[in-house]
Amino acid sequence: MNDRNGIQGWIRGLTERPVHKKRDERLFIDEKNSCPSCHRHLSAQELEATLYTCPHCQHHFRLTAWERIRYTADEGIFQELSAEMETANPLEFPDYEEKVQAAAAKTGIPEAVVTGLCKVDGHEVVLAVMDFRFIGGSMGAVVGEKIMRAMLVGAEKKLPVIVFTSSGGARMQEGILSLMQMAKTAVATQALEKARCPYFVVLTDPTTAGVLASFAMLGDVTLAEPGALMRFAGARVVAGTIREKVPENFPLSQYHYERGFIDMMVPRQEMRKTLSFLLKLHTAVPGGRT
Amino acid sequence: MSENALRDKLQELKGIAAESNVDISREIAELERKLGAPQPPVNEAWRRVELARHPDRPTTLQYAQKIFDDFVELHGDRTFGDDPAMVGGIGLLNGVPITFFGHQKGQNMKDNLKRNFGMAHPEGYRKALRLAHQAAKFNRPILTFIDTPGAYPGVSGEDRGISQAIALNMKEFSILPVPIIATILGEGGSGGAIGIGVADIVLMMENAYYSVITPEGCASILLRDSSKAREAAALLKLTPSDLLRFRVVDRIVQEPQGGAHMSPDQAAAALKADLLISLHVLSRRSVESLLAQRHQKFLSLGVFQEEEAHRKSLLQRLRDFF
Repeated sequence: MNDRNGIQGWIRGLTERPVHKKRDERLFIDEKNSCPSCHRHLSAQELEATLYTCPHCQHHFRLTAWERIRYTADEGIFQELSAEMETANPLEFPDYEEKVQAAAAKTGIPEAVVTGLCKVDGHEVVLAVMDFRFIGGSMGAVVGEKIMRAMLVGAEKKLPVIVFTSSGGARMQEGILSLMQMAKTAVATQALEKARCPYFVVLTDPTTAGVLASFAMLGDVTLAEPGALMRFAGARVVAGTIREKVPENFPLSQYHYERGFIDMMVPRQEMRKTLSFLLKLHTAVPGGRT
Repeated sequence: MSENALRDKLQELKGIAAESNVDISREIAELERKLGAPQPPVNEAWRRVELARHPDRPTTLQYAQKIFDDFVELHGDRTFGDDPAMVGGIGLLNGVPITFFGHQKGQNMKDNLKRNFGMAHPEGYRKALRLAHQAAKFNRPILTFIDTPGAYPGVSGEDRGISQAIALNMKEFSILPVPIIATILGEGGSGGAIGIGVADIVLMMENAYYSVITPEGCASILLRDSSKAREAAALLKLTPSDLLRFRVVDRIVQEPQGGAHMSPDQAAAALKADLLISLHVLSRRSVESLLAQRHQKFLSLGVFQEEEAHRKSLLQRLRDFF
């Protein structure tokens, strides 16, 4: 992170904050701290020790963006990118501004993805982490733009890009322009091809629809947490289109792994170690050519 | 006759009345009475959706027959099978070989069952990608025709990776070194549409729609009432003029009075004329500038607030980068 000015030229709104800030209290967990899968009570200390996974049934709780960053990045500084970008309402969709403001107030982040530069076990990377609490992690123009810029920064600075996905899909309130973010992010992965930058995707619960069908499925290496819901169409869309009944929590990441769409199933406690080894594999000098 | 059919009939009669000397005002008055005046104003967006879904609307293969001097259909994705909901092949357009593919709806119930109502499976998208790579090898321009309510959302699509197939197409189409023109013929349904929608020029028929979700889906999810599809259609801003304003489409192709189904020949002739102009424009670009403009087109879509000067300098840097 020595080329600070280069980054400033790319992206306005670069802010810095320590990775290990105070624990984010607004996690996806009910007040009783009970596991939604096995219903056993879990203490706060227990959850913190297991990185918010159930020690009894391995249920992986959803994480906020900053919790995820805390569990992934090295202690130190996270240089956030594009934090000043603001959501617009191009369709003049009723109540959309209010919805965005309410989400920002509830979550403490301005949009559904946090992007920035940090280190993972000593490796400098561009990290993008989605937050499902922000309107279901849906992708509108700001999310699409931030993902794209994260990739372009990675390509220009020759850094690996790691994306943690968690999203219900495209943001309907931005209509066709949200659909276009699928194309935008998919096209942007070509910058990483051209620059030969590693692109790792970690699928977390849930990753569906427009996000699954774009940058989430285009990683060089695709990891998934166990139990992550992954599907192209939501239950209501399926019910409204065809007669087929799709169970609420189907299919999960294991299902896609068995069908060949995921490289590795990685429990949360092993995620950082796994990413670190993958980064090492991709930054060491390849032996194939000179 | 359904209300929609009556409305189309009425539209048709009004068209005839405007163009001929025959007095049919009595027939028009009769139809208006049957429809029960005063009618709540049907919003423009919903009218387009209805016309885009009209059962007699010309399909991809019908346009292919009318636009090309002759064509062959090619089949299969070489991995799983052949998807009848996505057709494709090679045609001669005024003597020039062209690769084409697009969603195929049925022309009657039996045909529609075979065509899965134009909802393609992963193998359909992979067939499209195979034909696109073939086009690149032989330096043939590509025409894609979009007409789908959406990619097939059921379990068989999940099993074979519908999300991955659509994502890969968008990524790969962005670097194909031949001109690509996409035309939204009827329904431009969500991921199923953009899965063959990355192109240098995007055309749209006058009575087509292009949307992130069907009006019904939007109504049931956001308005919590699936019967509010008409209202949702208006909110989604899915008509050609909206899309032109958002720079998602480049040009609108005029349809005959009452919609393309009133005169498929006329609709196809108008589309062919625009395709020829578009191909001519694109054929003059070097591969480098073709790809640079295609990248910039898709990387700059979306509206948000940021300092304008900064955004402009970023776009310039984008251009330099690719």
